[in-house]
Amino acid sequence: MSPETTIAQEPAGGPPRRLQAQSKRYGERAIKVALAFCALLSVLTTTAIILSLLGPTIGFFEIVPAQEFFFEVDWTPQFEPPSFGVLSIVAGTFNVALWAMVFAAPIGLGSAVYLSEYASPRVRKTIKPALEVLVGIPTVAIGIFAVSFLLPHVIVPLWPGDFLGGAEGKPFMALAAALGIGLMVVPIIASLSDDAMRAVPRGLHEGAYALGATKAKVATRVVFPAALSGIVASIVLAISRAVGETMIVVIAGGSTPRWTLNPVESIQAMTSYIATTATGDIGTGTTDYKSIFAVGALLFVITLAMNVISIRLVRRYREVYE
Amino acid sequence: MEAGGASAPRNRLAVAGARATTQAMLRDQPRKDVIRNAIFAGVLLLAVTIALAGLLALLIQAFARGSSALSLDLLNNPPSTLNPDSAGYRPAILGSLQLIAGVILFIVPIGVGAAIYLEEYADSSRWWNRLVEVNIQNLAAVPSIIYGILGLAFIVRGPLDLGFILVAGSLTLALLVLPMVIIASREALRAVPDSIRQGSLALGATQWQTIRRQVLPASIPGIATGVILAVSRAVGETAPLLLVGATVFVTFDPTPFGSDGYSAMPVQIFNYALRPQDEFQTLAFAGVIVMLVVLLAMNSFAIWLRNRYEQRW
Repeated sequence: MSPETTIAQEPAGGPPRRLQAQSKRYGERAIKVALAFCALLSVLTTTAIILSLLGPTIGFFEIVPAQEFFFEVDWTPQFEPPSFGVLSIVAGTFNVALWAMVFAAPIGLGSAVYLSEYASPRVRKTIKPALEVLVGIPTVAIGIFAVSFLLPHVIVPLWPGDFLGGAEGKPFMALAAALGIGLMVVPIIASLSDDAMRAVPRGLHEGAYALGATKAKVATRVVFPAALSGIVASIVLAISRAVGETMIVVIAGGSTPRWTLNPVESIQAMTSYIATTATGDIGTGTTDYKSIFAVGALLFVITLAMNVISIRLVRRYREVYE
Repeated sequence: MEAGGASAPRNRLAVAGARATTQAMLRDQPRKDVIRNAIFAGVLLLAVTIALAGLLALLIQAFARGSSALSLDLLNNPPSTLNPDSAGYRPAILGSLQLIAGVILFIVPIGVGAAIYLEEYADSSRWWNRLVEVNIQNLAAVPSIIYGILGLAFIVRGPLDLGFILVAGSLTLALLVLPMVIIASREALRAVPDSIRQGSLALGATQWQTIRRQVLPASIPGIATGVILAVSRAVGETAPLLLVGATVFVTFDPTPFGSDGYSAMPVQIFNYALRPQDEFQTLAFAGVIVMLVVLLAMNSFAIWLRNRYEQRW
């Protein structure tokens, strides 16, 4: 648009008016730049995270060979000579995450199907917020609950005797942390899967009902498959939360690095290693200090991969039905 | 009504016929299906019950084990390793309040600003704007302990070099919850219909005037909900604070820039919980009760706010 553009028919009595703004509006531009800077800050945060992980991690691999870190199972940084085989704390993390999902996936998905297909609007309006309250409970509280209630009053009585070494008399175990984390991620799975199932068009339900399907069949054979990518996304996100959770595993999981998926053993997870090592008195340049960053970098890469998968999946189901 | 009157008997016949057919078919529905349906519904109900029972058990246990230590002294006394009977949470509570004040000062302008830019200005077909968007989604799911590492390497030491002070903890928590605020604020802005913007622009308002006088006021309840939920997340976070110097035994009132250390509510609870003696366990549970009451109140207020001011256009 050129500055000469004027309104074709002049309003009676008034001077010719321009469609162009009278001034350059520098203020408007300054505001836009300031707002863009706020958005840019998030990119800077990511850059800072990567930079702060990268430096010490490179320093760490100058001391500890990558082969030892990635392929050995002895994690004994406090011994002399120390050994940094990360696999046993990776196993600790996935031990907890696996059993957390064994508990949380069926409960979360069951709740989601109930909420989206069975519950009346009124029941839904009470249960969904009640479940979401669980997300707001501080993880310290869940950790204490896991170690002082779930472990002695749920796991020990229900565990079948000496199976896998027995649960009795152990002050910490992966399963206690797993149940705590499970409780924490159930609402994530339930809420996101419920959203995915409600995004399935009503027509599909009604078509199935018209063909004589029962409610259970509509839920399992029509709605569930149609919402599958959203459901998988919710589970992947829940796994990523379980892998990144710190306080529950610190409090209930123990601090013994162990190359096992046995749920009734005391373990150490990647996050709990970082938390317990970083709070102790360690000098800035030591290998111990750098190992925090190497483990942190690995954790960052694992959770990032899961988040990317989850975001992709969510986008797919949105594209299909919206 | 003439035509309807003439065909009414036929309609009635048709409806009756359809109903009879449907009933006959439903009667023929295999018994197996009916039973399966009932079992399935039962299993689903069981799943919901287990989840809610877990929540209930957590609340009941905290109250059963911690209520004996609830008193004003709990809020007003400093922690002590020697006298658990008179120990309390005063420095931790003051520390948490200051941390949260800092978080709010940081996340409200930056979070809302970023959301406004992404919703109102950014052209989402440009790669850099999409990068920012994807980046925020990813940041929202980065484990909190990684933010602790960021705080340790970038804020406490490294480029900012603030040292182990309360402000460093506050900044770390703010970065942690910032993506939540941005995402919630964007949703609130998106809920304002375009016709409002177009009306304002058509009357000659500039884009910023439109945003400030029309779009922002209409989306404040949604933004406030997002901010409250983000703050409640920040209140409960422990792991990143462990890395940026929330040392657990602070018996004096912390200050924002004091280099003698600071404490926060969840960190203090964690410290009490690690001690084996019953008195300290009771103190930990009492602390959990205090936190749960505060957080549940905040979250309920946020949900109420969202429902109360949810505007239908």
